[in-house]
Formats: sequence, C-alpha cells, structure tokens
Amino acid sequence: MSERLATLAKALAAPAAALALGLVLLAAGLAAAGYDARAGLAAMADGAFGSWYAFTSATLVRAVPLVLIGLGFALALRAGALNIGGEGQFLAGAIAAAWLGVALDGWPSVLAAPLGLLGAALAGALWMALPVLLRARYGVLEVISTLLLNFVAEALVSLMVTGPMQEPTHVYPQSAPIAAAARLPLLPGTRLHLGVGVAIAAAAALAFVLRQTWWGFAVTATGAGARAARVSGGIRTARVSAVALLLAGGLAGLAGGTEVGGVAYALYPNLSPGYGFTAIAVALLARLDPLGIVASGVLFGALEAGAQAMQRDAGIPSVAVYVVEALAILLVLVADAAARRRQGTMAGVSEAAA
Amino acid sequence: MQALRGADFTLAPGEVHALLGENGAGKTTLMHVAYGLVRPDAGTIHVDGVAHAFRTPRAARAAGIGLVPQHPLAIPTLTVAENLALALDWPVAPGALAARVREETARLELPLEPAARVEALPVALQQRLEIVKALAGRARVLLLDEPTAVLAPVEAEALMRRVRAFAAGGGSVVLITHKLEEALGWSDRVTVLRRGAVVASGAASAFDAPALAAAMVGSGAAAPRADERTVGRADVAAAAAATILVRAAHLEVEREDGSALAVREASFELRAGEIAAVAAVEGNGQRELLRAVAGVLPVWRGMLEVAPPVAFIPEDRTTEGLIPALDLTANVVLGVGRAAPWVRGFRLLWPQARARTGELIAQFGVRAAGPSAPASSLSGGNQQKVVIARALERHPRVLVAENPTRGLDVAATAAVHERLRAAAAAGCAVLVHSSDLDEVVALGGRLFVMSGGTLRAVGDGATRAEIGALMAGVRVA
Repeated sequence: MSERLATLAKALAAPAAALALGLVLLAAGLAAAGYDARAGLAAMADGAFGSWYAFTSATLVRAVPLVLIGLGFALALRAGALNIGGEGQFLAGAIAAAWLGVALDGWPSVLAAPLGLLGAALAGALWMALPVLLRARYGVLEVISTLLLNFVAEALVSLMVTGPMQEPTHVYPQSAPIAAAARLPLLPGTRLHLGVGVAIAAAAALAFVLRQTWWGFAVTATGAGARAARVSGGIRTARVSAVALLLAGGLAGLAGGTEVGGVAYALYPNLSPGYGFTAIAVALLARLDPLGIVASGVLFGALEAGAQAMQRDAGIPSVAVYVVEALAILLVLVADAAARRRQGTMAGVSEAAA
Repeated sequence: MQALRGADFTLAPGEVHALLGENGAGKTTLMHVAYGLVRPDAGTIHVDGVAHAFRTPRAARAAGIGLVPQHPLAIPTLTVAENLALALDWPVAPGALAARVREETARLELPLEPAARVEALPVALQQRLEIVKALAGRARVLLLDEPTAVLAPVEAEALMRRVRAFAAGGGSVVLITHKLEEALGWSDRVTVLRRGAVVASGAASAFDAPALAAAMVGSGAAAPRADERTVGRADVAAAAAATILVRAAHLEVEREDGSALAVREASFELRAGEIAAVAAVEGNGQRELLRAVAGVLPVWRGMLEVAPPVAFIPEDRTTEGLIPALDLTANVVLGVGRAAPWVRGFRLLWPQARARTGELIAQFGVRAAGPSAPASSLSGGNQQKVVIARALERHPRVLVAENPTRGLDVAATAAVHERLRAAAAAGCAVLVHSSDLDEVVALGGRLFVMSGGTLRAVGDGATRAEIGALMAGVRVA
C-alpha cells in the first residue's frame, strides 16, 4: 500500500510543480505588465478557496463538467482515439437535458432528474456515433470529425433556441426553463449540485474499469500496441476504440446534462465557456488517470473561478489564467517526454533515431 | 542495467570482424554506442585514430559508419524509393528517383521494387532495404546486426559475398551473428562478448565452432547444436493413431492486405504429439497458412478445423508479440487471454497475474528485473522466452510458431526447440515455420515445403538438396 502511495505521490509531483511554476510565471508576468500581482493572486485564491461558498459554488461547480469530459477524453485516448469533440458532445447532452427538462414537467423528481441525465448521456454518445461510424467504415480520423462536429453542435444550439425550443415569449435566444422536478438537488447553502457526486462516481467507476477489468486492459493494450493486441491478444481493437469513443461522448453529454440540470436550468448559446477544450488539459495534466482527473479538474475549476474573481476584484483580465493552464500542460508534457527519454529503452532510442 | 563493462573492440580496414555472444551479452549495445544511439558511461571511440563521442547517428554516419539494425527501421507508410531518398538525401524527382534506386539496388545485387510500400514488404525485404541504405550511403564501416537472420540461404550467401567484396575494397565490417559457421566462414577476426565483457578475440582461423560456442555460453559446455535427424522419424507412425487436432482441406487464405491469394488449396492434418515444420523462403504463403491456423487471419475458402485452445508465437516480437511499453505481467495477460485463471468474468485479478508472471520468469530463466519490468527492457532472447512462456500458459492443444528462433543465439535456440518438443510430447500439435533449413530439419517430425502458395509434404528420406529444390519451387519427379 505504501508503494502505491509512493507512486501516486510521484505521479502528482510533476503536475503540482508545473502548476506552481505556472503561477509563479503568471505573477512575474502580471508584475512585468504593471499589475499588482500580489492583489491579483490574492483575489484568485479568495475567489477559488476563500470561503466554503466560493469553494463549492464557484470552484467545484466548474470542476464537474471538466472532470466528466476529461474522463471521457482520457478513456478514448487510452484506447488510442483522440476525441477533440467534447464541446460538441457536451452541447448535444445539454440540448437533450433542456428538452427533457421541459417535457418531463409534472413527473416526480426522482424520475425526472435522472432521466434528464440519462438522456443527456445518450445524446452525447449519439453525437459521437457519426465519427465512430466514419472511422470504422472509411478510416476518417476521429480527430477531425469530432472537432468539426463541435461547430455543428454550436449551430444546432443556436437553431434550437431561436426555433423549436425557444422560450414561450419568443424574445430571448434561449429555451424555456426546465421544470423544478428536473433540476438536480443542491447542497444546502451553496450552488453545488448533485453533479459533483455523479462526477466522482464516474471517476471511481472508470478507475475500477481500467485497473480491475479485462475490458480496461483491452483498452490499455489497444492504445499501447494495437497490432500486438490483435495478433497476440485476440482483442478486437477497432471495437474497443469504438466503444471507448462512444463512452467518451456519453460522459461529455452527461456533463451537458449536469450543467443544464444543476447550473443553467435552460439551454442558451455560450452555455459552455470552452469546457470541452479545457477538459483535454485537465486529462493531460492528470496523465489520463481517472482519480488524478478529479484532482486536476478541481484545480482547473479553481483557476477558472479564481480568474473571474481576479477580473472582478483586481481588474486583471481573466484570460491571464489561461496562460497558467497552458504553461502547466506544457511543463507536464515536457517532463513526461524527458522521463521517457531518460529510461529510453533500446527500441525507443532506435525508433527516435530512425 | 549495465549492458557493457569495459569492452575493447578494434576494427581494421579491409576486415570482416564477427561479433558473437548470447542474447543480452551486449553486442547490439556495443554497436549502438559506435553508431551514436547510446552514449557510453565511460570509454572512448576512435575512428582513424581520432577520438569521437558520437552524440547522434548523423555524426556517426558523417564519420563513415553505417548501421543495419536488427529490426528494420524504415518508415512503413513510405515507398522503398522514398525511404532511400530520405535516408540518403537524394532528390525526390519521381522518375529519376526510381531509376536511381533500380540502378543502385542492381549494382549492390540486392534488388528492390522502388514503388513498393515498406509496410507491405516481408521482413526479409525490409532488412534488405536497410542494407541498401547503409551500402548506398558510401559508408566505410558497416555494422551489421544479425543481417542474415531472416534471409534464405541463397540470399544470405549473396549478402556475405557482397560483404567480402566491400571489405576487399577497403571497407570494414562488424558482423553480429549467432551462426557460428557464418562467423567462421566469412570473417577475418572474431570477438565474443559475454555479459558485457570481451571473453575471446582473435583470428577466425584460430577458432572452431565448439570453441566459440564454449566461449559464448561461458561454461565450457559443448555447443548445443541441434542434432541432425533424417526426415521421417519413427514417431510419425506412432502419431498416426493420435487425435487429429488440425484438419485443413483445400484451404485458401488471402494476404493480410487482401491483395492476392497467398495459400492455394492446402490440405493437411496435424495430430496430437506431432511437430510439423514448414520450410519456405519469405513470402511464399507460409505466413498466411500459419496465421490462418492460429486464427489470426480469416479463411478465404476451403475447410479448416482447429481444436482450441490455440497458441500463436508471432515472428515479430516487438510489434506483434509484445507491447514493449507495457510490463511483463501485462504482456503475459495479453497472450494468455480471457481463459486465464486471473480473469474471473469481467474482472482481471492483477496480483494473481503478477505472481504467476514472476513464476514464469523464474521457470523459463528470463533475465528481467521482475514482473513489473517493461517488455522493452529485455533483450530479444529474453523477450522470446516470455512469448513462449505465455503461449504455453494457454495450455494449447495446437501451438503455431513463426520463425521462433529468429535472432536467437545457440543456447536460446536450443531452449526454444526443447520447449516445442516438450509441448509436442505433452500432446500438443506443433506447427512451425522457419526460414532456416537446418532448424526445420532439426525440429521436424513431418516436413512440409511451401512455394508460391502451394503446400507440399516432403517424403521420407528426402535429401537437403531435394528439399532446397522444393523450396525454390522446382518439382522433383
């Protein structure tokens, strides 16, 4: 057990150091640009962790979609497939949740809220079905198809909230608010919704699947060496990747569902401040480890919450925080590459030289 | 892990210097140091009396050193011509490039189709491409890492002649090999490495095969040469009464890319306790035949019945046998499959798999840090031990092995043969292909030859010349 703790500490050391270095660089950059760096960072810390309310209602609320989408991205990438379409699948899920949320008016809450989430997850998976089919049938790279479907999803949301799903007065480009029964329960005194439990459960489930099940091993083998997985393991790698991608879509759709059911209570454009893309960073920072994704999701949630507070309280543009996020990812990737190089096996070295 | 300990090695102009040693002895590492792929912790390299510390292969190439690696390193999705242009900085004018490639490969007597995509080439031709790359690059020093391991005898001899001609022209060659006769027959000097240190070095004429084998294994043991057997042994008759485990009738199999039929109208039966060896030169359909029996390639037409479970030992350890980035436990789990005791329903019990992997490592004498060592950290021979150990862990009734001793030294080869014979003795039907005729003859209870997609059984008492003629596609009346 202590060995496992040691490996965990080792795994967390690089991301933590990277994030710390990113913050130091942010402070230096802010100071150089003439801002009060100390006040800025203080405002950030306060906005993210300053109070129970800030931590739950700002940080954790933002962490929920990041963790869910990040888990899906990690699963797909472990199976050797690159899903850049988290944003689109999130929106597909949000559309479904908003529609169900209105349609299920009058249903008991114990049914309406879960049905909304289930519908959202199915919609996300459905949004992924086209890239999966294109990949299986014609070898279309899922990187491209999932990315392009993001724009389609955005356009679909605009269409929905100005057309069939527009609120009854037909004034605002948004849907009608979802029924109270379809809303996720909140933690008393905060804006933190049940989605946080969903995200943690999803992370625990994925960690179990990847570490303790045959299918999880098939995913790892497919991503690490598809040809050997097929020839020596008899693993149907195309099917494993396809299922992993569909699950990734489902998780991103689920995130759209928790966002509509727990935060927005309606569908409108710009529902996502780029969760689908930030989640990629969350997953990479955690090196695709499900439990690590919970930790890095909370960190990114804190950064995003802190960024808002910094802009509000210290007058520093919130985009500055994206620099920290990007730097942290870069540093982790560099550290990983360096580590691989250090333990560079003969084969790895020869391949690099080829 | 320390791969080399104070190894001294000199190479004179115009000499062919054979470098011998068991798997993991440090041969490949020594050559990688000379080629700038691995940096030494201590020690120096001198070329023409000038000290060099090659940090990259490019620097080594600039000093006139060319490496032909054990595993081909060409870019699989590019053509032969494109790979050569890339490696040698040739201009990429389509027509002119193809002509130049044809001219160069003809001059080297190593013909290659310029427009062929590398991934579609058999291993032997991929290796030929590497040799052409090094020789066409005007290298003065050639490092050949087991160049003949996958070549047919005729091809190997042609290559060795080419190597001698290169040396006669003033070039120097390091020939890493496991074939003692090859070292003694074609080289001027031999050096034997054992556990990273030089244990014997001198003129080739001063050694004979038993002496070299003794130096390699270090125990003074006689070389474990596979004993010669005449084709068609007594136990074939005994096997006739045993259960039929593989039955094929008019079997046809396509190439993996579906481009053509690779196996035509093959009919045969394999019984429990029997070893059947297929002798064939690369690309004659034996690969597809074995893979169909192993269940890796689909049957195109005809009938094929195979009694489960089947275990398959693929030729290419690092891309098809093992996943180098994963640890030994994961690779054992991969190969043993879902029927393993550590798979319970959908669950995978890693502690149990890890414990069993540890036992297999000990049982098969795998030199590895432990079950959690990445497969990439093992030498080729030790990787093959893992592949075989886990194949047998399936408790197969049918065992299919493709070139199972490719690139292995004498001791490892003998160990592999012993395992295959033991599997047969335990009631397994063993189907083996080897591109080494000696191996096929040494192993085979029954001998088949494949050429041009046609499988033929070789009759009792066939001579090597007759078998060779069948392999070359000549019908013997």
